Amino acid sequence: MAELIAKSALAGHAPLTLAATTLAEAPMTQITAILPFPGGAKAVAAALRPFGLTFPDPNRQSVNGAMRLVWTGREQAFLVGPAAPEMAPGLAATLDGAAAVTDQSDGWAVLTLSGPLARETLARLVPLDLRDTAFAVGAVARSGLNHMQMILTRSDTATYEVMVFRSMARTAWHELAEALQTQAARLDAMS
Amino acid sequence: MRLTCPLCGPRDRREFYYYGSDDYLNRPAEGDGPQAWDAYLHLRDNPAGITHDLWYHDMGCSSWLRVTRNTVTHEIHAVDAVAAPAKGGAK
Amino acid sequence: MRLGGKGQIDRSKPVRFSFDGRIYSGFKGDTLASALLANGIRLVGRSFKYHRPRGVLTAGSEEPNAMVEILESQHQQTPNTRATVQELFDGLRARSQNRFPSLAFDVMGVNDYVSPFLSAGFYYKTFMWPRPFWEKLYEPVIRRAAGLGSLSRKHDEGHYEKAWAFCDLLVIGAGPTGLAAALTAARAGADVILADEDFRMGGRLLADGGEVGGKPAADWVEGVLAELSALPNVRLMPRTSVTGAYDDGTFGALERVSLHRSPAPHLPRECFWRIVAGQTVLAAGALERPLAFPDNDRPGIMMAGAVRAYLNRFGVAAGKRVTLVANNDSARATARQLMAAGVKVAAILDTRPDASAVEECPVYLDATILSTTGRKGLTSITVSHSGGTSRIETDCLAMSGGWNPTVHLTCHLNGRPVWREDIAAFVPAPKAVPRLTPAGACNGTFSTAACLAEGAGAARAALAALGKTAPDIDLPQAEDAPYAITPFWQTPDVSGRQWLDFANDVTTKDVKLSAQENFASVEHMKRYTTQGMAPDQGKNSNVGALAVLADATGRGIPQTGTTTFRPPYTPVSIAAMGAGGRGAGFAPQRYMTSDQASRDRGAPMIEAGLWYRPGYFPKPGETTWRESCDREVMMVRASVGVADVSTLGKIDIQGKDAARFLDLVYTNTFSTLPTGRVRYGLMLREDGHVLDDGTTARLGENHYLMTTTTAAAGLVMRHLDFVHQAFCADWDVRFISVTETWAQFAIAGPKARELLATLGDMPDLPFMGVAPVTLGGVAARLFRISFSGEQGYELAVPTRYGEALFRDLLARAETMGGGPYGMEALNVLRIEKGFITHAEIHGRTTAFDIGLEKMVSAKKDCIGKAAAARPGMVGAEREQLVGLKPVTDAALSAGAHLFTPGEQVKRETDQGYVTSVGYSPVLKSWLGLGFLKNGRARIGERIRLVDHLRGIDLLCEVCDPVFHDKEGVKLRG
Repeated sequence: MAELIAKSALAGHAPLTLAATTLAEAPMTQITAILPFPGGAKAVAAALRPFGLTFPDPNRQSVNGAMRLVWTGREQAFLVGPAAPEMAPGLAATLDGAAAVTDQSDGWAVLTLSGPLARETLARLVPLDLRDTAFAVGAVARSGLNHMQMILTRSDTATYEVMVFRSMARTAWHELAEALQTQAARLDAMS
Repeated sequence: MRLTCPLCGPRDRREFYYYGSDDYLNRPAEGDGPQAWDAYLHLRDNPAGITHDLWYHDMGCSSWLRVTRNTVTHEIHAVDAVAAPAKGGAK
Repeated sequence: MRLGGKGQIDRSKPVRFSFDGRIYSGFKGDTLASALLANGIRLVGRSFKYHRPRGVLTAGSEEPNAMVEILESQHQQTPNTRATVQELFDGLRARSQNRFPSLAFDVMGVNDYVSPFLSAGFYYKTFMWPRPFWEKLYEPVIRRAAGLGSLSRKHDEGHYEKAWAFCDLLVIGAGPTGLAAALTAARAGADVILADEDFRMGGRLLADGGEVGGKPAADWVEGVLAELSALPNVRLMPRTSVTGAYDDGTFGALERVSLHRSPAPHLPRECFWRIVAGQTVLAAGALERPLAFPDNDRPGIMMAGAVRAYLNRFGVAAGKRVTLVANNDSARATARQLMAAGVKVAAILDTRPDASAVEECPVYLDATILSTTGRKGLTSITVSHSGGTSRIETDCLAMSGGWNPTVHLTCHLNGRPVWREDIAAFVPAPKAVPRLTPAGACNGTFSTAACLAEGAGAARAALAALGKTAPDIDLPQAEDAPYAITPFWQTPDVSGRQWLDFANDVTTKDVKLSAQENFASVEHMKRYTTQGMAPDQGKNSNVGALAVLADATGRGIPQTGTTTFRPPYTPVSIAAMGAGGRGAGFAPQRYMTSDQASRDRGAPMIEAGLWYRPGYFPKPGETTWRESCDREVMMVRASVGVADVSTLGKIDIQGKDAARFLDLVYTNTFSTLPTGRVRYGLMLREDGHVLDDGTTARLGENHYLMTTTTAAAGLVMRHLDFVHQAFCADWDVRFISVTETWAQFAIAGPKARELLATLGDMPDLPFMGVAPVTLGGVAARLFRISFSGEQGYELAVPTRYGEALFRDLLARAETMGGGPYGMEALNVLRIEKGFITHAEIHGRTTAFDIGLEKMVSAKKDCIGKAAAARPGMVGAEREQLVGLKPVTDAALSAGAHLFTPGEQVKRETDQGYVTSVGYSPVLKSWLGLGFLKNGRARIGERIRLVDHLRGIDLLCEVCDPVFHDKEGVKLRG
């Protein structure tokens, strides 16, 4: 069997920068879903402690360096981090019986939108209140990107991470790119 | 219309899927007669006023929700998780 | 006529535009209407029904007359644009509408001369007979004559946008009230959105002249806007009409983004906003209402407030010799301003007998206008007054019948406005829209000083409701005159038509006729006369019309009530509401990892839900899809085929109660499934009908992998969530979709195992077995399952390797005489085997109907079990799954219905229907699956298949649904 070549969801899409705002595909990383079983909280907390992480409250994430545990829904969080092949299996072993663990690395396309027009671009597609008071840095929301299910994280003041199902990556790119182009054109028209 | 999901917070109604009356939560026991099942599946009140119905936070956290609302004034009185103890965290 | 030195136009920026092909000039800051008036053009349109010549009536979005077509490009032609809203820009092209061949000479103007025959209800009464004439003659003729403006008849290629916005306080309208409200809230640090439909904020402060805080009102506005725009917590939204109030603080608004300039790439024409506000101050102002008198619709007869707006804001005199007529004090201010600007004022006509007669021009009291002259533009009026009758030469008549608060948004959630006798107008009902406070003129408060105070107060109250305190702001000195009005609704005892609805040509006589013919309710009158049904939705005419109706019926105005105001407040283009939804934006497109490889081979893609899947893989020389499909079917039956089946839903289920949970949601038992094995499962809805089917593998003691059909993946996830959360939330079970994490390929055919062997060390799986395997160092899963009836495997790898594996498998298959197969072949293969899809389990079929009632375990409960056993859900009267094969060689059709040969073909004798068809190259015949009453007992009989739509009528043999390898020898081999 020849070696299988890995391909990211948006391979071939070069970053798009307009008005200092950039849409790009994030590098592929390890994503592990952790779904605690009833009564599993203590064991989950103990398993996460060595990684400096706690199970997040809704709409939040727990961060330690490059590792993040992102709340992604009811009784569900995603461990996101740089590819650390030794980590996920180790965690799976310690979590055995306390939480259901699945590999989600291949299921998602991760896009980043960063720059002064990022928030207004998202406001074209996302029905969320994205003001600082409602969606501060570090906030997470499971919501919609137009018609697509989405996990949105505000990574920094003007940086957002958009996760959509991998098969819809091209649609997500198309819609975000179009919204960004529109915002850039609006900015241009004002000057 | 906006619903305040107990986990996600206030959201636009397009994030939710509507199912029907919360009668669906009262599933008859195994062995109950056809009348009980007929009532469970098909007999519904159609109130002008307070109603309880089921919504699914499809675009959000996947919680099933019981919404108490007024069909006349459109007021939303309460949004509760169907699985009461369910929280986002591993509590 | 342009006046020197006045107005807020930019005289340093002249602008050229065309109207009906002629070039004119205006200035930046003009509207099309102000520029036309400045050029002395009074005739701008024709009315809807009688094609009466009409001129500009107003200076706002309520304009009923000056509606034009804006010509942008071959594809972009926007009818019914109000010239009073359209901003002037260089190169603007406008065309008058509802006239032929020209505005000045319009053949349909003949309608005006036969108007005695065209009264209200004319169409209803006249075109009743003879009945067949309606469809063939009357309707086509009426339709050709009807309608306002014309479309390009091409796709709207324009770019539109939709967006969301959130704020603490939404202020609707940027006149004195709105500015005071916004300033109060903004200084308190609240997030404020200030939206105004005009391109320049300020409302009547720009139009009325006068002073605020000791300086010209327009300067005060500039100062406030400068402060607001510098604040980070304020979003100013000019050119944005808030068009609808919806539940829970949500508003719809239309922003005209680029209709005031030439197009630019990616710049949207309009943006439809959904604004969600914690609190809202409605400061929508008021609309002046016309007076009814004979021939009150001639070009040159305008609203007094509009005449002031053209004078003060645009520096335009609406006429050379202006006359004013009013039932309130506002005419006096207008006259004084005109005279101060050097415009000749012919007279002031006051309908009140007791008003002051002291002015710098003639004043007639107790005045009623008896007639007017000038077909294409006013030339004179005849008026009776306390001193007799006078004829006045005049080219512009400015009228004011008082002001109607703009209550519309307060009615969108069913609020009914309340009549206030002292101002002779409707005001918003208290608390008509939750969390919305009307303030200022829209609340019946008219002086500038009172509006400023009410706006500030409303903002403070709104912020208090949000738990924020807003300090008082210093309000400037402003005009504070009382509003004195004596209602005057129509001119009594005169002949001639008094127009109410200018756009739809409704007169006071039409309203009276409606009452006389017992269409006396205001809602009936509206529909009988078409009053208020034009693009302005009665903004100018509704109150006047219902006053006339109240008079005709002897009821008071409050008892008569208003018609219902619904969104949108002003027209919203469908393109804006559907922004982004055309073409690729219609729905997400889901692509498999094999997508590019399939397209490389020329495979046409077909939509399966949101997925794009290859239909077939044409080979050189193949000219029809059937040739390719037949070859692919034979290839799978003879050697080996590869198909991407990644679109099937996959759900990872874990926990000590996972088996128990599966036993609850499936009709059959999964707790008994050994690890490493796969079982076909059937899932019911609680009402006993089949929800979905698929295979589920047991990967470990507490670990299952469920597959669903492509179509029902989302549905099944929702169903599992419901069953779990509603009935067994405390069980030790968790599940998550892994549909997207695995790319999965079917390898089917007698040489499937041979192909697998070339991939490396593969386990010898039994039929319905599963095992983890390693492929080139990648952890993968191998299933031995088949949807084709051949020896079959499915190989799953993490999605990132999907494309590489697909290309690799194709290369291997091709060396063995195999290759890829598409959806068409997949469909034929499964029909030959009698395997069902959602064509068969379409929501109205039961386990019994598809012959799988034995799969409903008697030993346990499951979702849908009780309901599936109800009377009528089983038995001979049910339509049951059967195979169908034409008696003589012919094509079958899905959707056809089945009838007993010899019986009449009609609904009552219907025996069933066909769900799937395909041509089997193996059996050299078309095959079908369908549902037939008592079908299983009728195998071997003949049945008549009728499809009226496709003209098919033939005899079929009723067969067992499994046509190919009934014993499953190949499957297990």
